[in-house]
Amino acid sequence: MIKIKDLHANVEGKEILRGINLEVNPGEIHAIMGPNGSGKSTLANVLAGHENYEVTKGEVIFEGKELLDMAPEDRAREGIFLAFQYPIEIPGISNATFLKTAINEVKKYHNQPELTAKEFLALIREKAKVLGMDDSLINRSVNQGFSGGEKKRNEILQLLMLDPKLALLDETDSGLDIDALKIVSQGVNIFKSEKNAVIVVTHYQRLLNYIVPDFVHVLYKGKIIKSGGKELALELEEKGYDWVINGEAVAEKV
Amino acid sequence: MKNKETIDWYVSNFKTFENKLNGESKSFLHSLRKDAIAQLSELDFPTKKNEEWKYTNIAPILKHNFVPALNSEAVKVTMEDVEKNIFSGFDCCVMVFANGIYSSELSTVKAEDGVVIDSLRNVLKTKPELVEKYIGQSAKIENGFHALNTAYALDGAVIIIPDGKVVENPVQLLFLSGDDSNNTLSLPRNIIIAGKNSQINVIENYRGYSDNPYFTNTITEVYADENAIVNLHKVQNESDSAYHIEKTEVHQKRNSLFNHYSFSFGGSIVRNDINSTLDDENVETHYYGLYLAHKDQLVDNHTFVDHAKPNCMSNEVYKGILDDNSKGVFNGKIMVRPDAQKTNAFQSNKTVLLSDTARIDTKPQLEIFADDVKCSHGATVGHLDDAAYFYIRSRGIPEELAKSMLIRAFANDVVEVIKIDSLKEQLNHMIFEHLNRVEI
Repeated sequence: MIKIKDLHANVEGKEILRGINLEVNPGEIHAIMGPNGSGKSTLANVLAGHENYEVTKGEVIFEGKELLDMAPEDRAREGIFLAFQYPIEIPGISNATFLKTAINEVKKYHNQPELTAKEFLALIREKAKVLGMDDSLINRSVNQGFSGGEKKRNEILQLLMLDPKLALLDETDSGLDIDALKIVSQGVNIFKSEKNAVIVVTHYQRLLNYIVPDFVHVLYKGKIIKSGGKELALELEEKGYDWVINGEAVAEKV
Repeated sequence: MKNKETIDWYVSNFKTFENKLNGESKSFLHSLRKDAIAQLSELDFPTKKNEEWKYTNIAPILKHNFVPALNSEAVKVTMEDVEKNIFSGFDCCVMVFANGIYSSELSTVKAEDGVVIDSLRNVLKTKPELVEKYIGQSAKIENGFHALNTAYALDGAVIIIPDGKVVENPVQLLFLSGDDSNNTLSLPRNIIIAGKNSQINVIENYRGYSDNPYFTNTITEVYADENAIVNLHKVQNESDSAYHIEKTEVHQKRNSLFNHYSFSFGGSIVRNDINSTLDDENVETHYYGLYLAHKDQLVDNHTFVDHAKPNCMSNEVYKGILDDNSKGVFNGKIMVRPDAQKTNAFQSNKTVLLSDTARIDTKPQLEIFADDVKCSHGATVGHLDDAAYFYIRSRGIPEELAKSMLIRAFANDVVEVIKIDSLKEQLNHMIFEHLNRVEI
């Protein structure tokens, strides 16, 4: 589904990603873990097309197309979705208007008929229910006055509504209590199918108890320094990042 | 020196104007007019040397020899024009003014018991005592424009609400100005007197009737007695080539509440002045302002809140969106006088520039002479929020629509406070129409 080759990226002139290689296939869940500042969020934002990040080298092929040439809205229409670490408030624009506009823009791109108001309403009610969200949120402004947990839940609602091919979850667990974490994870698991894929970016192993990854990668100083199965996350939880990082330092010396 | 020619024009034209007044020159207002024309020669029109007019060059206005209208029949405003320009979708009284002169044929006024909703010209003929004590009391003549308005003051809206009366339906004043002559001068002189415990909603709606240059120079005086609630909405959408100079003067008594909602869309040179005197205890004042400009428009907002007595509250939010080569000016002054202890006064001015050539000069001024007060002010100038722009686009929404969403989000805290829903919707529509952007 997505092939990342030797990806380098700068933020304000500083190199953050220093050669990422990663391949994700349909039906897979990949977790990207790593200490603060390792480049996890940068990777998610670069894939979604944030213009503050400058790609200096490498390529990303998504569903056979060169992703890095596309504007953020086209990446979304092709099937990339980023659940933000800090979702943005948009006062004066209701969730309904926002999501209906977004869904219909994607439909237009694929020459599919747009959703009618009735179809849209039925869909958003169904998805909101899955996430235990109140109907009243439909007419509330996007994320305005939402608690941290509500904002994260709203990201997952958008995920379910837009139904992308590849979901990037950027620190979706941060600021969530255990109940909210379970609901959010449940949303992601409902989304997950054999046809799509998920990349979970997280600092802690906690989220991976609920969204179980097929592969775990450790990112450090802009490179993936270790990859493994889900047991790697548990090992990291137990031994800390130093355990892998020191291993890397040794490897570099050799 | 250039101003002298303009002043001479208005002074010499005054004789002609006076002769056409007939019986109307006998009202008390006429002595105010004569004082004003005398003051005009001395006061002059403001130049950029004047601190209050530093960023606003009014020279283009002075190049014209404008002539005030004497009757509403001179322009052929039809009911269709009225319907095209009024805010609809809610019950309201509509007073229509063509070039500042009231047209009873085009208006639909049904005043409730004891409430006066009438034209100034008519009130001066029938019951001048209703307004005699008020006109010019708070709106003092401070510059040539005020003198000009007063010297030729002929008509405007008079709204008087007796004590204890809550007027349910808003009163909408539609000022349609401009004609083929190229020199129309519209000088509305409005007065709102809200009695004790009364409530009123007023909408001032300024619209252009012609693409030729014309000049609206308007003064509105508001008197809010004890416990009164006055909501005044001012929407300015004059033609592109029009000039608009406004002064609103508000005088508030104990426990009264005044909300002002100012929306500035049209006009080539626009200057809005609003001044409030909080001359009693427990007075509350809110100013909400939104100014939009594009092409070569200049829009200047000056606000002044004068805290004269203790325990009062004022809050001011002014926001601007400037595109192309447009220019904005904001000057917000808050005065807290020595007696005004326990004052709460807040002010914020935020401007978004949509182009590299748009500019804003913003100047908040706080003058505090009391020690036990809470006051703050802040001004920001920037571009549309980058993070939000990315967020919206990352959902598949195209750039233009994403920008429109951000514009709406930016304007939201000024728009959402309007309590008349369909007015709110129509204003939202006007924002996108004026900026030539996709509506959301």
